[in-house]
Amino acid sequence: MARLPVKKTYKLYIGGSFPRSESGRTYEAEGQNVARASRKDVRDAVAAARAAQPKWAAMTAYNRGQVLYRVGEMLEARTAEFARLCSGEDEVHRATDRWVWYAGFADKLAQLLGASNPVAGPYFNFTVPEPTGVVATVAPDEPALLGLVSRIAPALVGGNTVVALASETHPLAAIELAEVLATSDVPGGVVNLLTGKRAELAPWLASHMDVNAIDLTGADGLRTELETAAADNVKRVVLGAPDSQSLYEISAFLELKTVWHPIGV
Amino acid sequence: MSKLEKRAAAPVPKDWTYAPAPEARDVVSLEERYGLFIGGEWVEPRDGEAFTTVSPRDEEPLAQVAQAGVEDVAAAVAAAREAFQQWSSLPGSERAKYLFRIARILQERSREFAVLESLNGGKPIKESRDVDLPLAAAHFFYYAGWADKLEYAFPNRSPRPLGVAGQIIPWNFPLLMLAWKLAPALAAGNTVVLKPAETTPLTALLFCDVLRQAELPAGVVNIVTGDGRAGAALVDAEVDKIAFTGSTDVGKAIQRRLAGTGKKLTLELGGKAANIIFDDAALDQAVEGIVNGIYFNQGHVCCAGSRLFVQESIAEPVVEKLKRRMATLRVGDPLDKNTDVGAINSRMQLEKIAELVESGRAEGAEIYQPPCRLPERGYWFAPTVFTNVAQSYRIAQEEIFGPVLSVLTFRTPDEAVEKANNTPYGLSAGVWTEKGSRILWMAERLRAGVVWANTFNRFDPTSPFGGYKESGFGREGGRHGLEPYLAFD
Repeated sequence: MARLPVKKTYKLYIGGSFPRSESGRTYEAEGQNVARASRKDVRDAVAAARAAQPKWAAMTAYNRGQVLYRVGEMLEARTAEFARLCSGEDEVHRATDRWVWYAGFADKLAQLLGASNPVAGPYFNFTVPEPTGVVATVAPDEPALLGLVSRIAPALVGGNTVVALASETHPLAAIELAEVLATSDVPGGVVNLLTGKRAELAPWLASHMDVNAIDLTGADGLRTELETAAADNVKRVVLGAPDSQSLYEISAFLELKTVWHPIGV
Repeated sequence: MSKLEKRAAAPVPKDWTYAPAPEARDVVSLEERYGLFIGGEWVEPRDGEAFTTVSPRDEEPLAQVAQAGVEDVAAAVAAAREAFQQWSSLPGSERAKYLFRIARILQERSREFAVLESLNGGKPIKESRDVDLPLAAAHFFYYAGWADKLEYAFPNRSPRPLGVAGQIIPWNFPLLMLAWKLAPALAAGNTVVLKPAETTPLTALLFCDVLRQAELPAGVVNIVTGDGRAGAALVDAEVDKIAFTGSTDVGKAIQRRLAGTGKKLTLELGGKAANIIFDDAALDQAVEGIVNGIYFNQGHVCCAGSRLFVQESIAEPVVEKLKRRMATLRVGDPLDKNTDVGAINSRMQLEKIAELVESGRAEGAEIYQPPCRLPERGYWFAPTVFTNVAQSYRIAQEEIFGPVLSVLTFRTPDEAVEKANNTPYGLSAGVWTEKGSRILWMAERLRAGVVWANTFNRFDPTSPFGGYKESGFGREGGRHGLEPYLAFD
């Protein structure tokens, strides 16, 4: 007699835990009941991201790079599982390689994006990149895994924490990724993943006063509305590519700080 | 304290005063009426509307200035669009030479510009002469050199200009802000429509004569004057980019307005900078830094050090020294070379400052203003310091944009960081301590785009400037200041 498999309950990923939506709602996607997050879940996720941000940013760049690389190792190990949840093995390989590519950038950003500035006076003056803070990501619907990875990895490597709204139509890869993150060394709250209705949730992220930047790569029809709401606290609005890897995808989530000090005896 | 008292008792002649040292103003000759500078020519606004620009030092009318309407702004943008093809296809080395010329002409005519800047804006001639003008020229000189080196600034990215940039600048550093905006935009190969602030249009209009002397091709720079309506028209016009420096409220409105349009945007907005003094700081230097931080340019500085955080153990002597130093500030005629604090830029700004200062009194803060005789005509406000300020008071929360300082205290470095960052703004911050490791520790934690350590209010064309959080986004100055004016593959 065939064995009856144990099925998984698909939940949210907030602050390192896997809660159901506080609203108790689900919706059906890819043949599964998936948590349908609410405004309160959005707020909890932002609070978790904010709480986790200072420590994540204060890690040495070398350490952050290793923690992110470890995620690549976990992705590789789950290739078969991920392949079932996206377009196939090729997408998983590309997502894994992309994650590793970004991991290796952690300790190079300051050298490429910073500067020592030759001011006309007796001052030492330098510019360094810093994370903008909490980033909200409206992930593209497809590619389900590679699209999400392409958007959150560049934000994370610079020291930001993330609240990502997963693909509405293909959310299972995102939930699988949450399980990877939970079993890697990425501290709880650094990445928070929400599933649900984009048109319902994205506006709460766009208008949230404790979100510093919003990535609207996956926000097609909602762009104008979300950009308008983002102005409430002068959010940085990022329109990235759903499938690319670049230093400038990282720098879009960075601030530049310039420090002056006199030179003298 | 005993040392202080001894010095206070030093013999100073009772009737000892400065003799006035007025800068001659005949170096400036003004037109009675200015049109709009569009396509290299002076044109009248379509509906003939104009307003009078005055000197804030005595409300003397200086000139009639055109109010640009929607059609005028559209004409300016069309002129810029027409000039773009030629300007952007010039070799970078040729664009560079135009900018070098502009830098040189500004240096040559710097006295004329400095006098006009002080006359129209109210800032002390000492500052317009020694800060605004040299820096404005330096910005053109710096970015001139970038025009033919963009491939080095952005390797493998094929940098190319955006097109027409609309630029809206404030009234606190009229010519310097013009230079900050124009120099990188032109170096990158864009053409520009620039709107000066309503109350300080004259140096921008005089700058059109610099463009004539530099033989800049017609339409590359267009200047449209007017109030916020002209600015709004520019935001809505067929431009590829808006660069705005001004208040956070207007910046938010512009960001909303541009939502979904695909136009690029950079914002340099308000601030409420913390200037933090630790107990091991060189106190006399720190006091100079505090004074420079808040009374420079009458406090009309977005990055002004308007919140002073003093470590509790030294709060009394610091405030004492500060008050003594404030008593030596000379408030008065902007054209007098002795003047430290000039006129408030406009009646509207004066009213805003007075209203916020009144709220400080009402909320329970203790006010101190040094004895000083303010001129009877014009817009004036005495240097002001508030002690006994709680973080919740409006004077500790809102940008005053005037010569008004709030003093607060802290005990530990952690508390200083916590309080300093407790604001929606994030433009600048100051730290004063003799301990190097603490400077770097603080600089890492302060959420601000510029951190001055053991100095304050320093600016340089090579030094990126811009805000975190609600102080805006994008940088001006340095290699980083080119990026907002370029598109990449």
